[in-house]
Amino acid sequence: MTHSAARKSFDSPYDLEAPPGAEGWKDLYPYNLVFQENLRDKENAKFWFCDSQHWPNVFKPFETVGVEFAVRCLGAFNTRHYIIPPANGIEFRIHNGFCYMSPVAVAPELIGDRVPHFLERAGHYFANWDSLLENWKKKVLGTIAEMDAINFETLPEMVDLDVITGGLGIDPSAKMMADYDRLIQLAYQNWEYHFEFLNLGYVAYLDFFGFCKESFPSIPDLAIARMVQGVDSVLFRPDDELKDLAELAVKLGLVEIFAANDGAEQTLAAITAAAGGDEWIAAWHAAQEPWFNYTSGNGFYGSDVYWRDNLDLPMGYVKDYVERAARGDVLKRPTAELITERDRIVGEYAEFLSGEALDTFHGKLGLARTVYPYVEDHNFYIEHWTMGVFWRKVRQLSRLFQSYGFWENADDMLYLTRDEVRPVIFDLVTGWGVGADPIGPTYWPAEIERRRGIVAALATARPEPAFNTPPETINEPFTIMLWGITTEQVQQWLAGDDADNPGLKGMAASPGVVEGIARVITGPEQLPHLQQGEILVAPTTAPSWGPVFGKITATVTDIGGMMSHAAIVCREYGLPAVTGTGSASTKIKTGMRLRVDGSQGIVTILD
Amino acid sequence: MSNYTFPFDSDQTPVHERLGGKCTSLAIMTSAGAPVPPGFAVTTDAFDAVMNQTTLLDHIARVLDGLDMDDIAEVDRRAAHVRELIRTQEVPDDVRHATVAAYSALMERCGGEVPVAVRSSATAEDLPDASFAGQQDTYLWVTGEKEVLQKIRECWASLYTARAIVYRAANAISDEGLSMAVAVQKMVNSRTSGVAMTIDPKNGDRSKIVIDSSWGLGELVVSGEVTPDNFLVDKVLLHVVERIISDKHEELVPTGRGTVARREVDADRRTSPSLTDDEIVAVARLAKSAEKHYGSVQDVEWAIDADLPAGENVLLLQSRPETVWSQKVKVAQHTSSGSGIEAITRSLLAQMGARAGASD
Repeated sequence: MTHSAARKSFDSPYDLEAPPGAEGWKDLYPYNLVFQENLRDKENAKFWFCDSQHWPNVFKPFETVGVEFAVRCLGAFNTRHYIIPPANGIEFRIHNGFCYMSPVAVAPELIGDRVPHFLERAGHYFANWDSLLENWKKKVLGTIAEMDAINFETLPEMVDLDVITGGLGIDPSAKMMADYDRLIQLAYQNWEYHFEFLNLGYVAYLDFFGFCKESFPSIPDLAIARMVQGVDSVLFRPDDELKDLAELAVKLGLVEIFAANDGAEQTLAAITAAAGGDEWIAAWHAAQEPWFNYTSGNGFYGSDVYWRDNLDLPMGYVKDYVERAARGDVLKRPTAELITERDRIVGEYAEFLSGEALDTFHGKLGLARTVYPYVEDHNFYIEHWTMGVFWRKVRQLSRLFQSYGFWENADDMLYLTRDEVRPVIFDLVTGWGVGADPIGPTYWPAEIERRRGIVAALATARPEPAFNTPPETINEPFTIMLWGITTEQVQQWLAGDDADNPGLKGMAASPGVVEGIARVITGPEQLPHLQQGEILVAPTTAPSWGPVFGKITATVTDIGGMMSHAAIVCREYGLPAVTGTGSASTKIKTGMRLRVDGSQGIVTILD
Repeated sequence: MSNYTFPFDSDQTPVHERLGGKCTSLAIMTSAGAPVPPGFAVTTDAFDAVMNQTTLLDHIARVLDGLDMDDIAEVDRRAAHVRELIRTQEVPDDVRHATVAAYSALMERCGGEVPVAVRSSATAEDLPDASFAGQQDTYLWVTGEKEVLQKIRECWASLYTARAIVYRAANAISDEGLSMAVAVQKMVNSRTSGVAMTIDPKNGDRSKIVIDSSWGLGELVVSGEVTPDNFLVDKVLLHVVERIISDKHEELVPTGRGTVARREVDADRRTSPSLTDDEIVAVARLAKSAEKHYGSVQDVEWAIDADLPAGENVLLLQSRPETVWSQKVKVAQHTSSGSGIEAITRSLLAQMGARAGASD
């Protein structure tokens, strides 16, 4: 491969071939999500970057639901709700199975007119933050409860007698069709709520951020993040619950049982039989709702496994924790130290200010701290809890079809788009209604095999980091803050791999310097390979990888800014992190010795 | 008799009139736990004893009697004469014994005879432009008792440069009570040295520490003869936020014969950083604690001692109040003062405005 340091543009998606075996991939996704041939010029005029932070893996057709709902709603709150003066939403496309984004600017001459609307609308939310947020929680939990009540069950041989005696005149098909639509609609609803507060949280954060940059030019972004950040986000509660369970096990003298057993079923049986076991079992059950609605994925994939649905996962973490607690390790995050350090940082910067500037500093910091917890907490309510219930119901429906012979594997429905599922339901209830065979079982197995082959072929290639010509400078603060995409970063991508450079540059996301052995993890299913003391290297991490953060000594990711989940978790756990390196997970191999400088954002491959 | 010398780590309170500015500062820093190279002051009492217990004072008065301050050549001639008198004056026994005892104690502490630096430590009123007065009276890599005693007298003599004599005459400062202390301090074996300022002079930002650093002794950095490496460090997080690695073509190094030589820096070191990241942070930490101790913006001279292990090798040479940049009242411009929604809107527009403007 030749070096092309002078390269000014990335390839066009129109010129980029699909990997062998993936021909025809576009037909797997909705027409509006792929680069359409007749829009070549228009699409090529835009700069697109790959969001492998949220969507590191190839989408199965059903899974586009996440990016569609999330990014649509993100945009709507900027564009239609709060009329954020300089920023509309983000366009998104799928190319070769991966997700690409392009922020939509507001024409400079239109910005002024948007200001009064923003003042009125965002002003209302900032002024009534706490009461609106309380209401938000009710709405979100209501949605979850409604979704949880949905069930897709085998159709009866004949309708209930109640239908006859009650003169209802309707069979379960209508409910099944309505329930499916309702499930999709409820997920959509919580994705709307997801962004009701999030964008404003970032706006307030950016306001404080801008003030700090003016007061203290070149203040590290990390300093600002640490001043705002809380230390007791609800996002860390599931992990804390497991630690509590581990400590309780030590207190009750159950350490031997954890050492001697594997898996949830076996361990729970042994504990139930042990003296003092009842108390632990009660605590285990009490922790599950809602805290086991938690995934080591990120909520955007049908394959994400939620603790509630696979108790071996949390039990495995508890087993690790019990072993460490028995050794005398302190399991809890160093919250007192984090708070002391946060207060020191705030105190020292405040000392450099006086008068109105000092008042402004405290005012903006106060607002940022009021709104910021949402930026962390929402993740549990939506990505984990809502999506956990959502995917459980999707799987339930998929398994129902499997039982009727529509497809071979339990989760094969993920190879259909969500809009292809509606006619499948109608096919099923029609066959059931007329007393004949549905058509699906003769159609879908082969079609799903074909699609499975295409998805597998797409997954053989890593995504291009971006398409087309980047803007000269990237100064859109949301893009920088959330995705870690800076002018420098884009230039580094353009320069390509430099064989002489034994290191990677990224965001200084969480301070500290460590050396250690790398472990490259490209998906949550590989997490059990992580050994104590290793450095985690991944395309991206989910905040729910919490329990492994007790094992590792640092984190390096390809994608992610100061406010990416990897950065937040590392700061909460006091581990060094470098995020947004672009290519760490491909350039670094498991077993390499690394030096990770989370204060400078530099990763060095030592040998 | 012990009044003639004052070890920097003495538990007595340092008195400015007895120690002069430099020694007072070193003693204060030592007692505050700052990593100052060990040493002692030869106090003004010693100078006074030399003047008063010998015929020197009368002798000087006679030489300067009736001097016409406008006659530059004559002032130069007589100043040189006075300095020669001081340089050759036999020092009273008690002063010499005290000085030798202090020097021996210092050498013992250093584990053998090591070179020292001998510097004048003026009490500010006696000399013009006090903050620069010390420069010409610095003797580095001085070895052995005899040489040390001689350099102390050289420092005393520096009170009578032509410039100092004219200055005192012009400002009606009497030679009566004129005195001078001298600092004798273990010579730092500087692998790297430089200065650190606890403010960013570019913009008056007090949350930053600026470090200039180059190979060898610090004189070339101070005099501006070498372009040093430049590091900008955040004072709160102690993170390096900017770094410029310069071509450091020359360095000043000890020859081992009590002198210092200028030499070319070899090719690979010229453009290599003169400080590791850990050392940058250690220097910044040093400057930060000096600022905290004195309660004002500081200008710190420091060095990395090649003889000392990492972690203990960053030494403080001198700390003095920074008086240029910190006096300039520089108020950061805030586009978004206040904390309401109006302020948030202004700040959003300011941050994204650049993009909006550039994209058309």
